Amino acid sequence: MSRYFPPLLLVILVLLPLFVKDPYLLNALITGGIFTIGAISLNLLLGFTGQLSLGHIAFFGIGAYASALTSLGFDVGLFGGVRVVHEAWPPLVGFVVAVVLAGACGFIVGRLSFRVRGAYFVIVTIAFAEVVRLVALNWIELTQGPLALTSIPQMRLGLPFGGETVLRTKAQNFYLMLAVATLCYLVVARLVSGRFGRAMRGLKENEPLAMSVGIDVTRTLTITATISAAMAGAAGSLYAHYFRIIDPDVFLFTYTVTMIIMVVSGGKGTLAGPLIGGVIFSILPVTLRPYMAPEAQWIVYGAVLILILFLTPKGLAPYVDEWFARRRANRLPAPSIDARAEART
Amino acid sequence: MDQFLQHGVNTLVLGGAYALLGIGLTLIFGIMNVVNFTHGALYTFGAYLMYLACAALGLNFFLSLPVAILGGLMLGAVIEVLLLRPLRKADIDTTMLVMIGAGIILQSSTLWIFGGVAKAIPSPFPDAPVQLGPVSLSWMRLFVFFAAGALIATAYALINLTRLGRAMRSTFQDPDTAALMGVNVKFIYTATFALGSSLAAAAGALLGPVYVVVPQMGDLASVKAFAIVILGGLGNVAGATIGGFILAFAEEFGAGYISSGYRDAMGFIIIIAVLLMKPTGLFARAERIG
Repeated sequence: MSRYFPPLLLVILVLLPLFVKDPYLLNALITGGIFTIGAISLNLLLGFTGQLSLGHIAFFGIGAYASALTSLGFDVGLFGGVRVVHEAWPPLVGFVVAVVLAGACGFIVGRLSFRVRGAYFVIVTIAFAEVVRLVALNWIELTQGPLALTSIPQMRLGLPFGGETVLRTKAQNFYLMLAVATLCYLVVARLVSGRFGRAMRGLKENEPLAMSVGIDVTRTLTITATISAAMAGAAGSLYAHYFRIIDPDVFLFTYTVTMIIMVVSGGKGTLAGPLIGGVIFSILPVTLRPYMAPEAQWIVYGAVLILILFLTPKGLAPYVDEWFARRRANRLPAPSIDARAEART
Repeated sequence: MDQFLQHGVNTLVLGGAYALLGIGLTLIFGIMNVVNFTHGALYTFGAYLMYLACAALGLNFFLSLPVAILGGLMLGAVIEVLLLRPLRKADIDTTMLVMIGAGIILQSSTLWIFGGVAKAIPSPFPDAPVQLGPVSLSWMRLFVFFAAGALIATAYALINLTRLGRAMRSTFQDPDTAALMGVNVKFIYTATFALGSSLAAAAGALLGPVYVVVPQMGDLASVKAFAIVILGGLGNVAGATIGGFILAFAEEFGAGYISSGYRDAMGFIIIIAVLLMKPTGLFARAERIG
């Protein structure tokens, strides 16, 4: 049933800016959407290969900084008096640089850290994110440190018949977010349905068995990490050009947690999962805001995460699918006990 | 040379508190196979209990310390019974995510109740530092060093000399056999988590008065504790003790001689380096605990 959700959501979202004009609500949806892209990319790694990366925000932040610095330009002294001076380039180039650089970082982290698994992998990824945050905080010449990079230019897109348009309005940025999110979704959907997807699921279920049938586990994981990081970098680039200010706080652990909550609540390892979780946790802050302080909201998120793990450990998407499967099984004339048991699993 | 000695003394003080954090986490990680993301929140909790008892209620400083430790013990027991006991059969990722949720709730509650402004715990000691030759050391830090040492010794005695400790060690080696021998494994899990939590709270209560108390102080403490556990090897209490001092050494001397901005990065660089070169930790997973 959940396979009808993504196209339905896309139709609703495409039409949404025609009816919703409230800038506050649109802003919340764009922010939520950007983190949903992060969740889609995290799901590729966490859901389909079973590797929990708690440093995912590092790639998001690297993308944000790379894109901002490419479009702002910088002048940095390196060791031995060598200076690197970079003139400002268009934001679209920044976006590409963000994707490539984040992907490259994902590749390196993957190559280095997939020697270890489970809890150790989780801790390496957190450590990586913290190191990157501290670099952003301390390399003041490049990143302005805690003073933040400001006046990041808005995204500019070339039109098909020449000329350029600057994305100034909320609605334009909303459609840009939607386009990137759709693209990421399609890439993930394509990737997990083919031979590569079978390799991913195989190594998640049983790694020694996957190796014994000739799947190069480390290579599969590294490629997945690279693609996942590149998508997170794209989300980071959107974030930088939309908010136009970034500081080292983009690397905060709570943002990784936001993405994880989206993936886990929607259903990790399902295509619809991060979208369902993304919609819930984009709307929830808006609904809770009049009643609660941000700290209190985070208490609610923590409680929701725990409740979901206790009630539907696989997440909402598989739960909904099972519910429909049960209903269909009940409607069939005199279903055998085996069929019903099968529907339940 | 004087500066070197000063850093050395600071290493000993900081290392004591880090060792407490690491021992607590290595017990929980080793015996229960739970990646405890509430460890940092319990560290913060200890510091805030200390602040509450000492600065807000006006209790004696030396009486506040046991209050904070007992508070950590009780909160740990509650977390274990409510959240971990029902998930005993769940995989490690699920318990890890549940612990992240619990950590968020604890940290946000602290922020909500106390606000984000840093709190100071008044020191009961004279302001003038102790002079030990070229090295000067505040009375507070000296107290932290000895209190941490005493607590580490207590933890060792508890694990190696008591009946409870023997049950914990046998559960670490083989929970099923331990259960067959009449060990109440459920209780051992609760006791382990509570003990680990009380050590984290103790570390917070000791370092709180040295620095200041803020709701975010636990974020780094969690990951530093992981660094110590990885350095020392899973479930290796002696390794965690040494690991605590190694991390403190790296931070103190790294900040002193390389760059103070990257002080907190030392732990993470150590984690990454150790896992890449010797993934079993410097001292390997303990075959026997203690």
